[in-house]
Amino acid sequence: MIPELGHFALILALVLSLVQAVVPLVGAHRNSSALMAVGRPAAQGQFFFILFSYVCLTWAFIQSDFSVQLAATNSHSATPLMYKITGVWGNHEGSLLLWAMSLSLWTVAVTVFSRHLPDAFLARVLGVLGLVSAGFISFTLVTSNPFDRLLPAVAEGRDLNPLLQDPGMIIHPPLLYMGYVGFSVAFAFAIAALLSGRLDAAWARWSRPWTTIAWVFLTAGIAVGSGWAYYELGWGGWWFWDPVENASFMPWLLGTALMHSLAVTEKRGAFRSWTVLLAIGAFSLSLLGTFLVRSGVITSVHAFATDPKRGLYILALLVIVIGFSLLLYAMRANKLMGGGSFGLVSRETSLLANNVLLTVASASVLLGTLYPLFLDALGLGKISVGPPYFEAVFVPLMTPVVVLMMFGPFLRWKDDDLLAEVRRVAPAFVASVAIGVGGAWAVDHLTWRTALGLSLAAWVVLASLQLLARRLGERAGASAGSRLRSITASWWGMWLAHFGIGIFIIGVTMVGSLDRHLDVKMKEGQHAELAGYTFVFRGAVDADGPNYDAARGNIELLRDGRSLDMLTPEKRVYLAQGMPMTEASLDIGLFRDVYVSLGEQLEDGAWIVSLYYKPFISWIWAGCVLMGLGGVFAAADRRYRRLAARDAAAAVDGRAGAAA
Amino acid sequence: MKARSKRLMLVGGGVALLFAAVALVLSAFQQNLVFFHTPTEVSEGKAPTGKTFRIGGMVEDGSIQREADGVTVRFAITDTAKVIPVTYKGTLPDLFKEGKGAVVQGKLEGGVFRATEVLAKHDENYMPPEAAHAVEQAQKAAQTLSQ
Repeated sequence: MIPELGHFALILALVLSLVQAVVPLVGAHRNSSALMAVGRPAAQGQFFFILFSYVCLTWAFIQSDFSVQLAATNSHSATPLMYKITGVWGNHEGSLLLWAMSLSLWTVAVTVFSRHLPDAFLARVLGVLGLVSAGFISFTLVTSNPFDRLLPAVAEGRDLNPLLQDPGMIIHPPLLYMGYVGFSVAFAFAIAALLSGRLDAAWARWSRPWTTIAWVFLTAGIAVGSGWAYYELGWGGWWFWDPVENASFMPWLLGTALMHSLAVTEKRGAFRSWTVLLAIGAFSLSLLGTFLVRSGVITSVHAFATDPKRGLYILALLVIVIGFSLLLYAMRANKLMGGGSFGLVSRETSLLANNVLLTVASASVLLGTLYPLFLDALGLGKISVGPPYFEAVFVPLMTPVVVLMMFGPFLRWKDDDLLAEVRRVAPAFVASVAIGVGGAWAVDHLTWRTALGLSLAAWVVLASLQLLARRLGERAGASAGSRLRSITASWWGMWLAHFGIGIFIIGVTMVGSLDRHLDVKMKEGQHAELAGYTFVFRGAVDADGPNYDAARGNIELLRDGRSLDMLTPEKRVYLAQGMPMTEASLDIGLFRDVYVSLGEQLEDGAWIVSLYYKPFISWIWAGCVLMGLGGVFAAADRRYRRLAARDAAAAVDGRAGAAA
Repeated sequence: MKARSKRLMLVGGGVALLFAAVALVLSAFQQNLVFFHTPTEVSEGKAPTGKTFRIGGMVEDGSIQREADGVTVRFAITDTAKVIPVTYKGTLPDLFKEGKGAVVQGKLEGGVFRATEVLAKHDENYMPPEAAHAVEQAQKAAQTLSQ
């Protein structure tokens, strides 16, 4: 009964999403405040029903109701409760429901935090979000109903894919979806602005915090996913340029460009058409990512059962969204001209250059991800595009981005003197190159890649410090405290996020240059050496869990004869599917991780053991945390709330004026 | 500088930047494509020598052998028609098994495929499309022959 209630609630949510899509849009067109006012309650009602539906599905998982097809294929009565709950989105149907719920949550957030928006504008935003929601809920209902029954019911479920039974999987999908789906808000703002023909600084200011928060979620989601791949897949890698990773990275790149472009549009009124295109692009890439991941066209841990109907449906949705948006854009393009003019040397120019490079980078990932699919679809042979391509492209594309990223903030808006600014940052630049080359030599790995990576990292750190010093020096005579307070939250956000990229580059460069790996056969009592560490195999014991059997290796980690840690990698076999799984064990440190995983047991009782030494790898995620924090600071800037209050007052005046 | 020439420089610079970036991307793309071949194609000599490519198929039953060091593995990959011997040094994926689908990436050296990467499926019910494709092609060819 409960699954049927959930199904029914989802149908009601679809009806409400259609109401939310149509009525406010018509209302905005006819300027009828009664019709426009329908958007808010429709959005909130829709959220209630989707949430209800989601709870019903979760209930079926918790109760191990294996008459529900989805629970039978993705859960097991012995699965720990946490993984029963996360198992709801560890599959195609459930993750679509999560998608729809994220979208609905964002929409409700818009209804709550956008009271200051003009009625017609909010109505259009809600209408666009309602259309997207209707598309996704109907997709779920028509092609991928999560509440399908399995009759007769089976006695035991097939369990969740063991790779997904991991703490990282608890938060990775929701974070990532909040990020993906969050760009739909930026998209809805852009479309609403196009529809109303009002693309001004106010629109950019309204859109900015939403875009930034979505970007923060996406950054966190990607970072958690990468961390999960690092310790769960047992290969010690943190990024594989796998199509699914690319699917989340493309909207991230374009979303990053969008954030910066919005900044220019808000401050200077320039780049308006470019900003609109980026908003459409970022959202389209989010949809494309959903298509890639959910249609089963690519080989990956994320690809669930393949059903061509599903792929076609999302593809159709994608074509409609992109086609409609670009058509609307073309119709309004004449209103997008103009804006603040700027000189050849200005902050605008540096942001424009970086935006172009980020867009090209995003397009290069798109090419590498889609080209094999195209060839295959056309029957022209099968190819794959691996990490070498992406590395060959990203290093030269991102190098100017990082250099400009730190130079741009020194430049003034509108116009600046190139020579004076170059002279100002030249010492930091020269020092960075020296540090980079010296650093590469010091770690005994003097390749151009290592030297370049360390130079860029040093440049980011040094230029950040100089930028901070300059900002603090602007108000000479004021006390240190008041100088610190005079810096806005959004400036700190920019500073932190850029600084985080420096930390990230250190991690990527060091682990890329200096990591060590050894596969070795070990018997009890034997030892192996790697990067100055000694690993002693102290035997393996049984360590069975609730829904798996496991062997746990005990490997003592020593340095200079001193015992540091006992590493306990496991080899598990999950009972429901008889599926083997490697559980790595890590000794995590500030400057290096030591990482051990168990391969197979051989006939003579020895084990194949993989040993890894990963210098500075934690810095990769530390960098991501700083970037995310930067985004939080930027979105929390007081300016948005102060100006929102002013807008709200203006909106009330407008309404009073209209009534009088 | 006049406003017009300034704009010209900006647009020119932007276009030049764009062209350079696109040229870089395309050349990197061309150099790093990895082609896929079925075991039948490899045995017919259609696969490149000295260049990295991929083979997909099933791991032949009874073909997995370990060398004394324990980490070097020999096995054979087949599309049910032809068999290609493979050597690989390293840890195999959890779901790498005899009689199951796998994809190997590496180079052909003297009739033996030296794999640098071995991919298997991610769950019990999922076959790498490349492996499925290879077997399908071989079976199609077999049917055409028997007719």
